[in-house]
Amino acid sequence: MRLSDLPKGAPAVVDRVHDAHAVDPIAQRLRDLGFVDGEPVRVVAIGPMGGDPVLIQIGFTRFALRRAEAARVGVRTELAA
Amino acid sequence: MSASTLRIALVGNPNCGKTALFNQLTGGRQKVANYAGVTVERKEGRFTAPSGRVLQILDLPGTYSLDANSPDEQITRDVCAGNYPGEMVPDLIVCVADATNLRLHLRFVLEVKRLGRPVVLALNMMDTARQRGIVIDVPELQRRLGLPVVETIAVKRGGARALIERVDGEVPTAAPAQADDAASRADLHAQVRELLAATVTMPRATAEIDDALDRWTLHPVFGLAILAVVMFLVFQAVYSIGKPMTDAIAEVFDWLGGHAATLMPAGPLQSLVTDGLFGGLGTVLGFLPEILVLFLFIIVLEESGYLPRAAFLLDRLMLSVGLTGRSFIPLLSSFACAIPGIMGTRSITDPRDRITTILIAPLMTCSARLPVYALLIGAFIPIRYVFGVFNLQGVVLFALYLAGILGAMLVGWVMKHIRRDKSEHALLMELPSYRMPKLRDVGIGLYERGMIFLKRLTGVILGLTVLMWFLSTFPGAPEGATLPAIDYSFAGYIGRGLQYIFAPIGFNWQISLALIPAFAARETAVAALATVYLVGGEAAGGLGHALAGQISLASALSLLVWFAYAPQCMSTLAIIKRETDSWRNVAISFGYMFVMAYTASFIVYQVARMLA
Ligand SMILES: Nc1nc2c(ncn2[C@@H]2O[C@H](COP(=O)(O)OP(=O)(O)OP(=O)(O)O)[C@@H](O)[C@H]2O)c(=O)[nH]1
Ligand SMILES: [Mg+2]
Repeated sequence: MRLSDLPKGAPAVVDRVHDAHAVDPIAQRLRDLGFVDGEPVRVVAIGPMGGDPVLIQIGFTRFALRRAEAARVGVRTELAA
Repeated sequence: MSASTLRIALVGNPNCGKTALFNQLTGGRQKVANYAGVTVERKEGRFTAPSGRVLQILDLPGTYSLDANSPDEQITRDVCAGNYPGEMVPDLIVCVADATNLRLHLRFVLEVKRLGRPVVLALNMMDTARQRGIVIDVPELQRRLGLPVVETIAVKRGGARALIERVDGEVPTAAPAQADDAASRADLHAQVRELLAATVTMPRATAEIDDALDRWTLHPVFGLAILAVVMFLVFQAVYSIGKPMTDAIAEVFDWLGGHAATLMPAGPLQSLVTDGLFGGLGTVLGFLPEILVLFLFIIVLEESGYLPRAAFLLDRLMLSVGLTGRSFIPLLSSFACAIPGIMGTRSITDPRDRITTILIAPLMTCSARLPVYALLIGAFIPIRYVFGVFNLQGVVLFALYLAGILGAMLVGWVMKHIRRDKSEHALLMELPSYRMPKLRDVGIGLYERGMIFLKRLTGVILGLTVLMWFLSTFPGAPEGATLPAIDYSFAGYIGRGLQYIFAPIGFNWQISLALIPAFAARETAVAALATVYLVGGEAAGGLGHALAGQISLASALSLLVWFAYAPQCMSTLAIIKRETDSWRNVAISFGYMFVMAYTASFIVYQVARMLA
């Protein structure tokens, strides 16, 4: 499952960040920000227009990501994990 | 530089309090605000430690990683690596981390440690951490990290004492440098988790108050409603609070000018003092209260942490016109002045997003336009209440700001289509914790803004006003002249020449003339008009009165619209050149704004004349 498909409020953990193309600085930045295997994440809010961007709680920080960015993050829900 | 000068660089994630710490150490007054990406330049300061040693402190832009993604992050990366032109490698790196956000910030600390240079870790925001019940085992953290760790509260007097003592002592030995590759980088996260588990107790991942507020401010419906109300209140307040004070100042200056006149013999000198100085400068000074009210709101909003929330709400809208939510804050700073706004775009990762933001930033209504707006609105728009609560003058002011914003959106949209840009634009924006603005900081911020305004007033605006006075006074009328003396002056000639260009949009020669000094500093338009009308003897009862008698409502509206869009202020064009290193961008921005302003004013003038 992708982080962009995760419903608001549902707890999940990061699986891994996928590169969208060969050299993908956005994916690398996401990893640096803590989107790494086993990290708990949660969607805390979604944007008012078209549900974009989404607000993600990771660690002790909240990041606003566009859906295209969130789609790079593979997640598993607690139950499946 | 003496041999004992120690060069210290402050680095860390964005918004961890580096600049607050820098100000605390050096007594500086660099800008501190509650969002990521405030500092975009390298700033230097120095202070003398208790031991008598001189410490040179560098404040750097915040960065999430030394693998830089944007121009501001590159500065930090280069300084740390010793690649920054003209800058030696710092002797000591003070890595600042927000104690309430260690999951993110410790990773960067580990990354910096791998540079193999002496590092001290400053755990900042210890006050907030304690309030939230966060417990950090500092000795254990220090032992595991292998670097000195001190606690700081950058916003409290004496809150950096432990840091000063530490950096004034022996420089710690550096850890061995380590290569930076993907595998070892992934490993940093594992190390952070271990460190956190062993040394930090967090009762809650986030502050309760943040969650509670965000439920409202980020709500799809209430969030937008709150944003609209906040924006609208700002403009209402500018008018309702600022205007009475402006009127009071104008009266004082009238009285002073009249008094000064009685002390001097009639003649050019008297005219310079009463018409130029008291009339011209006094009129501009009168608008200081409005400017301060505007800044009061900007400062409070910046410190509260609300701005990134607004950016979150508006991101989609901005994307549709070729911008990003990240453009929001630079654009908002442009309401103060386009220059810091344009510099603030350095935190935008995508170069195209950055150029677009730079090109439209001057369309945001900067505070230098406020005197012009306030003057014309005061003279032409009646005080009436709409729906019983909204002052019509405030509504018009709001509309002008809106005109700037809509114009910017239009330009962004056009540029996006010219470029046929289909590429991806990243957002990746951190939302900070809410913070209560401190009275003292707000006071200092307002004082600074007031001083900047007064410096402009006594510098460039004063110079131009004297020049305008000179141009409208000399040469005097010839023998047997039938027209008013000012018609024979340089000003009269220049103004009438310009009028060929500006008559179709309803400007008389006085206004056309005033547009020239406005190019150096927009507020000067007000001083110039006051001077020209006073010298011409047509300004009895204040400039507002004179204007109301001399030009039509259609002309006034056209002038307002002109000021909303016109390419103005040389300094803005100069900063565009500096930040983009391209004359082409300067030409584009001047050209499109001129065409836009002329067209919009033409339409407004012709339509208003037809309706009148
Ligand atoms: N409560 C508390 N607030 C702090 C402390 N230090 C900084 N702040 C606040 O944190 C916010 C960020 O401070 P800055 O000094 O601008 O942060 P910075 O690290 O320079 O940020 P960038 O320049 O964007 O990288 C501001 O709102 C400060 O008032 C602290 O010790 N305690
Ligand atoms: Mg800073």
